[in-house]
Amino acid sequence: MAETILKVKNLYKLFKSNDITANEDVALKLLQEGADAATVLDKSGMFAAVADVSFEVQRGEIFALIGLSGSGKSTIIRCLNMLHTPTRGQILVEGSDITKYNDEQLLELRRTKIAMVFQNFGLMSHRDVLSNVCYGLEIRGMGKAEREAKGMEMVAMVGLEGWEHKTIDSLSGGMKQRVGIARALANDPDILLMDEAFSALDPLVRNDLQFELLRIQEKMGKTIVFITHDINEAFKLGSHVGILREGRMVQVATPEQMLSQPANDYVRKFIDNVDPSKVFSVRNIMVTPSCMIKATDGVNIALQSMRNNGVSSAYIVGEQMHFIGIITLEDALAVRAGKKTFEEAVIKDLPLITDMDTPVADVVELAASAKFPLVVVSEGNVLRGIVSKASILSSFCN
Amino acid sequence: MNNGLLEFPTWIKLDLATYIDDFVRYLNVNYGDFFYALKATLNGLINLIYQSLNIIPWWLFILIVIFVTKKLLGSYRKGFLYGALLFCVGTFGYWDMMNETLSIVITSVIFSLLLGLPIGVGISTSAGANGFVRPVLDAMQTMPTFVYMIPAVMLLGPGKVPAVLATVIYAVVPVIRLTSHGIQQVDKEVVEAARAFGSSRWQILAKVQIPQALPTIMTGINQTMMMAVAMVVTCAMIGANGLGMEVLIAINRTESGRGIIAGISIVILAIIIDRLTQSFSAKGDK
Repeated sequence: MAETILKVKNLYKLFKSNDITANEDVALKLLQEGADAATVLDKSGMFAAVADVSFEVQRGEIFALIGLSGSGKSTIIRCLNMLHTPTRGQILVEGSDITKYNDEQLLELRRTKIAMVFQNFGLMSHRDVLSNVCYGLEIRGMGKAEREAKGMEMVAMVGLEGWEHKTIDSLSGGMKQRVGIARALANDPDILLMDEAFSALDPLVRNDLQFELLRIQEKMGKTIVFITHDINEAFKLGSHVGILREGRMVQVATPEQMLSQPANDYVRKFIDNVDPSKVFSVRNIMVTPSCMIKATDGVNIALQSMRNNGVSSAYIVGEQMHFIGIITLEDALAVRAGKKTFEEAVIKDLPLITDMDTPVADVVELAASAKFPLVVVSEGNVLRGIVSKASILSSFCN
Repeated sequence: MNNGLLEFPTWIKLDLATYIDDFVRYLNVNYGDFFYALKATLNGLINLIYQSLNIIPWWLFILIVIFVTKKLLGSYRKGFLYGALLFCVGTFGYWDMMNETLSIVITSVIFSLLLGLPIGVGISTSAGANGFVRPVLDAMQTMPTFVYMIPAVMLLGPGKVPAVLATVIYAVVPVIRLTSHGIQQVDKEVVEAARAFGSSRWQILAKVQIPQALPTIMTGINQTMMMAVAMVVTCAMIGANGLGMEVLIAINRTESGRGIIAGISIVILAIIIDRLTQSFSAKGDK
């Protein structure tokens, strides 16, 4: 069962807009009554960057926080490693409240538990690639040989072998962010904070790095809090997505939930830009085939089942739903007439989808060229469902 | 009797000048030993540098300049040019005076950096210190240099030591300013990244801020050196021997030729120091 690694409870972060009239207590009271940011600023002189935000992140998931600029997402992520001190609220990392930490505990937290990747990379131009990657290890006091070995491992992980002694300025944007990711991973943190990490990159490179991130996450099982203003990116990466507006959390949900049940018009407007085929995976649109027979049933039962369901093909499964193939109406009739054996009639050479989490967008081409609905199988070739052209089309119009 | 409404009333008077005179006299009387010791120490240092420069034969000095230029600027052409320029100074008969001037400049620069770098780092991190030091720096830079030469001479007597003191006061400003400016200019996200990875205050300063600010700091050091050279003639007025004194004598005797060649020698010295130290800041930029 998933375990909560990070829990944010009623987080507030207020900034003074001036030194004279600013009043924190007034601001908090107003916010608790549900006042909006403009009213709070007007009446208390405090700018409410984050107001009453709560969410949970499970170990090993990617949690995407999304919002327009000024919605407080960057402030929240900076509270998670205490670069900003929250005004009120708790942040529990593995159950321990980091807002109560002293300086020493904070250094330890940042050195071992939480690492961060920055929008504009935050790399040190006076150091080469490897020495940037090793920075976190260096300040922990790790020896040169040991940290460089570890650093090289990370450089290889992000695909920058051969570049380790290049200067930062000689790298492209995408490569710089790979260095940023490697630097964060070198610390072997439990939680990775990514502040608009891919926003400064052009779309092709961004796609590349998103894929890379998913690959790395799969491999290392890190928990990632990802901030973005791009809803497609949030839905692509996040297993849970939180939408922020003026410092308040509007909805936290899985991408599918958010698409099917947006909390309000704001969320609906936000996700209007989303291409649903990228959010919905095969799992969401597949159906159980209506006509399914066992291999031992024989051709007569197959024909009867097809007739009953009004379809022209039947799916044949073995023991424990093990998928064998498809038999068509014509072939079944040919078998009954004795022109073919049952074995010959079964079509086994079919395109299969082996991962139920494949985005619908990725199977469109396959479905278009296939004669039959696509068959979805899980491990051990177990039939899970089928995806017809019609269900793919209807997913686009959702 | 003047009209107190039209003209500034004469009876409102603050005799600040007298107080300052009294203060300087007080220092002189009560802390004479301290200033004597300070003078002796500084004199020792200046002489040490002067002697060291004198030990180096002229041809070796020229060769060193050629090779250092080659190393820093990557060009033998420039190296030979600077060597030739130094040779010219020798032909003017100013080799020894050049060493004397150099010893004052070097001592002043050493003290300027010893003072300026830590102050610069200090005010870059503290808004309070910054608010206090800035106006003091402005005053140090705009106050006519002769003004603080008077107490310097009164306390330390004429010679090279008050010259060094006056030069330090004048030349320390750019290194403080540019050090603090350089550190404040470091990309905020880079500093934030350093914090996010668990750097202590000191680690951020030593491993991120200072290295990142180095090109600007080097520019400050270069400026400090230039200003120290620029003080040479002024310092001659309080008895510092060297090329500046030569210019001063030439002015007093209206010997144009002598003044101009002494001036050219100072320019040559300045150009060589400037080009060589500029290469440091240019290097850091890459």
